Amino acid sequence: MIEAPGMSDQPLLVAEGLAKTYGRLVACRDISFTLYPGEVLAIVGESGSGKSTLLQMLSAQLAPSAGRVSYRMRDGVLRDLAALGEAERRFLFRTDWGYVHQDPAQGLRMAVSAGANVGERLMAVGWNNYGRIRQTASSWLDRVEIDVARIDDAPRTYSGGMRQRLQIARNLVTEPRLVFMDEPTGGLDVSVQARLLDLMRSLVNELGLAAVVVTHDLAVARLLSHRVIVMKEGRVIETGLTDQVLDDPREPYTQLLVSSILPP
Amino acid sequence: MNAPTYNFAYLDEQTKRMIRRAILKAIAIPGYQVPFASREMPMPYGWGTGGVQVTAAILGPTDVLKVIDQGSDDTTNAISIRKFFAKTAGVTTTTSTEVATVIQTRHRIPEASLRAGQVLVYQVPIPEPLRYLEPRETETRRMHALAEYGLMHVKLYEDIARFGHIATAYAYPVKVNARYVMDPSPTPKFDNPKMDNCPALQLFGAGREKRIYAIPPYTSVVSLDFEDHPFTRYKFDAPCALCGAADSYLDEIVTDDKGSRMFVCSDTDYCEGRQAAGHRGSQAAAPHKEAAHD
Amino acid sequence: MSVMIAIESAEKTFTMHLQGGIRLAVVRGVSFQVHAGECMVLSGPSGAGKSSILKMIFGNYRCDGGRIGVRHQGVILDLAQAEPRAILNVRRHTIGYVSQFLRAVPRVPALDVVAEPLIATGAPREIAREQAAKLLRRLNIPERLWSLPPSTFSGGEQQRINIARGFISDLPILLLDEPTASLDAANRSVVVELIEAKKKAGVAMIAIVHDDDIRRQIADSTVDVTAFAAAA
Repeated sequence: MIEAPGMSDQPLLVAEGLAKTYGRLVACRDISFTLYPGEVLAIVGESGSGKSTLLQMLSAQLAPSAGRVSYRMRDGVLRDLAALGEAERRFLFRTDWGYVHQDPAQGLRMAVSAGANVGERLMAVGWNNYGRIRQTASSWLDRVEIDVARIDDAPRTYSGGMRQRLQIARNLVTEPRLVFMDEPTGGLDVSVQARLLDLMRSLVNELGLAAVVVTHDLAVARLLSHRVIVMKEGRVIETGLTDQVLDDPREPYTQLLVSSILPP
Repeated sequence: MNAPTYNFAYLDEQTKRMIRRAILKAIAIPGYQVPFASREMPMPYGWGTGGVQVTAAILGPTDVLKVIDQGSDDTTNAISIRKFFAKTAGVTTTTSTEVATVIQTRHRIPEASLRAGQVLVYQVPIPEPLRYLEPRETETRRMHALAEYGLMHVKLYEDIARFGHIATAYAYPVKVNARYVMDPSPTPKFDNPKMDNCPALQLFGAGREKRIYAIPPYTSVVSLDFEDHPFTRYKFDAPCALCGAADSYLDEIVTDDKGSRMFVCSDTDYCEGRQAAGHRGSQAAAPHKEAAHD
Repeated sequence: MSVMIAIESAEKTFTMHLQGGIRLAVVRGVSFQVHAGECMVLSGPSGAGKSSILKMIFGNYRCDGGRIGVRHQGVILDLAQAEPRAILNVRRHTIGYVSQFLRAVPRVPALDVVAEPLIATGAPREIAREQAAKLLRRLNIPERLWSLPPSTFSGGEQQRINIARGFISDLPILLLDEPTASLDAANRSVVVELIEAKKKAGVAMIAIVHDDDIRRQIADSTVDVTAFAAAA
């Protein structure tokens, strides 16, 4: 379990009555919740439960069929994401948000050096001093436990765990307030997963990040999140404090999920 | 018997109008790549089909055409294109930068300053400066639309990280009119400053890629750089061996099998002009050229 | 002495959907109060629901009825009804919980595991580490272990890490679930001393201890949990 966030009365992200349908197929329905600064929310459920669709709607990559998502911008104003212009939305994505993909190849430029991968977001917001960009990139590599001597190597020469850590550094370099993570430990070996989780956990704590983590792995949810949403067939079937939902699950499906974990 | 006649400057009038519309739009939005319906030309892609179509669309009967390839008036490509227009449009051709009204170029900007009223037509192989890092055309277009150019600096960053300085020596990206980032075609970065605030109209045609873009006269063109690694023009160690010019872009010429070499102006018209005016370089004694036969 | 914990008719039932929906009533009618500076011991045989009651107070188990009042930042808050965010805040500022087992995070050194709750309440890292070192020394954890992750430690060592982590911060309420279970006599008496010190500081505690000797030493009051046994 990670440390509790500070009490802030101003929500950072508000989802209201979100739904996504594809013709008669319902991917998500009637999803509402509030995320506060520094709070980590896990969305758990099996494949096809709608959790990835939900993440895409929350991160403004997919327009909801109904409902809306609002985000408190850095100026303190809560704004409907659908009402943002594309330029604003993309700016948000490069600055105040991070998005960690399950497959690091989707979130990184595989042919470009690690330093440039980390520096790109800085250059995108107008940093124009090579020395400072490189300095900042180095310190981030160090923070995510990548040997700074590898700064000029392209991530295609990195191991899976290193790539994922690089992806995290690339996202966090602009000090976002909210990070979306889609199965961040998905394709990794168990030992590599543990290291990554521990790193994410401490970064989230140190930086006071809010995060929405989609995972089918309840251990990831337990280690990273304060609250959890359990999804099944596009609906939220149970929600609450992470340790409460995992130690005292109420719904039949949640009990099934929890009882399916192999003992450590 | 008369040979079958071509329409003036080879292309039919409808095609030329279509290309002119694209050119006008390109001039109106400096640095923006305008799609156009590029035609098959009687030469292979890579030989300047884009430049030739632009030239064909803007050429008038009274124009005087100069064509250069890497600065030189007398390479196969330059001669062929000059002949092509002499035959299909009957225009006067020249090797003189001074006299020409339209200059089609592959990979150089003439050393002599261009004047108002002249048009410089560039042959462009790859118009998209962001492609090296972002292969998706849908994405690069969006990046241009939103002026998201952080990626362009990624390429320069990579250069410095790898070589200690910005090693990009040609096709060096520029920002036009403080808005669009543009690929100046594979001209050496030595020529970049000539594009800035230039009195002549500069048109860029990419035949295979079907894009036209432009820099109107007197438009600001800034080479991208970092504040601690500013843009620098390449400096040569020695002046031209033939004309002694210290301010021109030089080509390396290997003169024998033992690896002897000399450096001479890449702009042949400029070099010849200087020699005719009495300037001499270190090896100018040798007979310096064979006349170009047009 | 002010009331720190006031529980009224709290109850807990597990519904086991995977076992055909059996309803397992754990406790019913739980009612008691704990005051500042008081250590209340829950007694009763294994399975009577002692740990469940602690977990309900900590918000780890949901409460199916009644009221769990906790004095949080000057006001009594009903945790049975509280929002998740409020419960997290209560855990940060009001209630500490020393469980039987350490849920160790891989790779975090013992010293940092202990210092973490103090850092979370805003203490500077260095001061938190000093405090942590003091507690570890007092609990006889050899200094060479401090920089190692506790997941490799013995059961007794892990428990002492857990105790240090629970006792480090100045929370007004502490829940102790068999804090001395796998400790030797020397370390047991250290824990008794720590509890005494907390009492003096006005901390309200609820403890589960099986050792009669320890219970006699720390208990100011005792509640027999069998009284809350829910007739199945």
